[in-house]
Amino acid sequence: MQAPPPEHCPGVESEQAGQVSACAGCPNQSICSDPNKKREDPGKALVAAALKDVKHKLLILSGKGGVGKSTVTTLLTRYLARSYPDSNFGVLDIDICGPSQPRLMGALGENVHQSGSGWSPVGIDDNVCLMSIGFLLGSVDDAIIWRGPKKNGMIRQFLSEVDWGNLDLLLLDTPPGTSDEHLSVVSYLKDDSAPDSVHAIIVTTPQEVALLDVRKEINFCKKQQIPIVGVIENMSGFRCGHCGHSSEIFPAKTGGAAAMCAEMEVPLLGSLPLDPAIAKACDAGEDITSVKNPTTEALEGICSKIMSSFN
Amino acid sequence: MLDKVKNVIIVLSGKGGVGKSTVSTQLALALRHSGHKVGLLDIDLCGPSVPFLLGLEGSNIYQCDEGWVPIYTDASKTLAVMSIGFLLKNRTDPVIWRGPKKTMMIRQFLTDVKWEELDYLIIDTPPGTSDEHITVMECMREVPCNGAIIVTTPQSVALDDVRKEITFCKKTGIKLLGIVEIFVCPNCTNCTNIFSSNGGVELAHLVQIPHLGTLPIDPRVGVLAGSTASVLDELPDSPTAQVLRGIVQHLVALT
Repeated sequence: MQAPPPEHCPGVESEQAGQVSACAGCPNQSICSDPNKKREDPGKALVAAALKDVKHKLLILSGKGGVGKSTVTTLLTRYLARSYPDSNFGVLDIDICGPSQPRLMGALGENVHQSGSGWSPVGIDDNVCLMSIGFLLGSVDDAIIWRGPKKNGMIRQFLSEVDWGNLDLLLLDTPPGTSDEHLSVVSYLKDDSAPDSVHAIIVTTPQEVALLDVRKEINFCKKQQIPIVGVIENMSGFRCGHCGHSSEIFPAKTGGAAAMCAEMEVPLLGSLPLDPAIAKACDAGEDITSVKNPTTEALEGICSKIMSSFN
Repeated sequence: MLDKVKNVIIVLSGKGGVGKSTVSTQLALALRHSGHKVGLLDIDLCGPSVPFLLGLEGSNIYQCDEGWVPIYTDASKTLAVMSIGFLLKNRTDPVIWRGPKKTMMIRQFLTDVKWEELDYLIIDTPPGTSDEHITVMECMREVPCNGAIIVTTPQSVALDDVRKEITFCKKTGIKLLGIVEIFVCPNCTNCTNIFSSNGGVELAHLVQIPHLGTLPIDPRVGVLAGSTASVLDELPDSPTAQVLRGIVQHLVALT
């Protein structure tokens, strides 16, 4: 049994590690307080080696759940793959407890294969590949009941032991919150010599209860020094397919994403409507980016802004 | 731990943004409406919504000899609320914690908060099946936990995650009290549901637990966010109120 960290543990990366009163009696105090023993996680070097041919990494984040992080990831990937047929795109689903990418990408029931160079991600299209813990589960009912360290180990494996090959962009779909998964992925991907290789996109819906958590996520990015490409507002209006009535399902009583972006000083990339047809297509894993509709029109603008931010 | 609490109900969903916090707050208000003393504990540490939904943002937690005093919504002291949101200086401050710190905080919420005599304690959770959930489940072995209410929306992508949460409950021995489903266009009653096809009813049938009802996405209910107004008082004839009354009856009969 490992002893739990002390209640007010300053964190091993903190400058006060091993120095504050809470550290007294902690079995790791000697490790934390000794500057010579501080070593980088060996996983970081492995990740850097495995991802050396991946040009850009884009985190899709939101403090709030169910706002459409996974749907936006899927739509962006498919639209980008269609618009840039000569570029390669990868998607990594680091939502360990609730992976959605296999369904949204139409890859339910696929298997990942192990080869000499690591796990081979599942090919979705000529220039799109996907890795998710969903591929490693026997059934949809299987639950991953893991505490943080096991989730971190899995994320490290996904980053260091998957044969991603040459990618122009790796999109990382994340779970909600500002906890283990987010800290791990940021610490593994962040490369101080190339600060521009990791970017973040924030997804939100217009109502205040979502914006509240999204502001926390933006502050998380600022604290971790991840550049934010911008905010995508999802489900910003709803037109009922049955009665044709347009309604604000999630009323933007506080000005929606636009006001929040102005307040937090981050760009708004665009808004996606809540379209029942898209929801149905996503549930079925169908690609709808070839159809002209308000969603793909909005995607066009968003994608060009994202791609231009990388150059 | 929770010595004076008679019943504990956990509100769960594998999926985020399906309405766990809205169901938790409205259920707490509905139980209070029917004359019970209720507590509401928000263990979503990275994204606490309960203070906002009840209009209690900016309230401060005080400490007494026996521990933290929860926030009471009014002088009648019939609804006590605890959330990490009350401990943050600024509403935009992120809580960037790994699992062990979250575990410690939740244990403190369960042991160090001075919950008075309560008929019901509702626990609102974050999405997933990880640290927060494992901790609460471990603590529930020592207290009279009645079980969990599962919240979902009907689309497959949400149901995938909800099924995992049900497996979690079954594995850890938490009783499933029922499923609450949220959907439908607010304008026409027989309308297409906005996300996708009929999921909750089928799921309830599949895992053989009661389907407690379908709550429409009703902007009139959304407007109540930010106050301690119960749907039962403000919109007594709305479908939401009818479903809530049914859930309260179901819970009271069980407990």
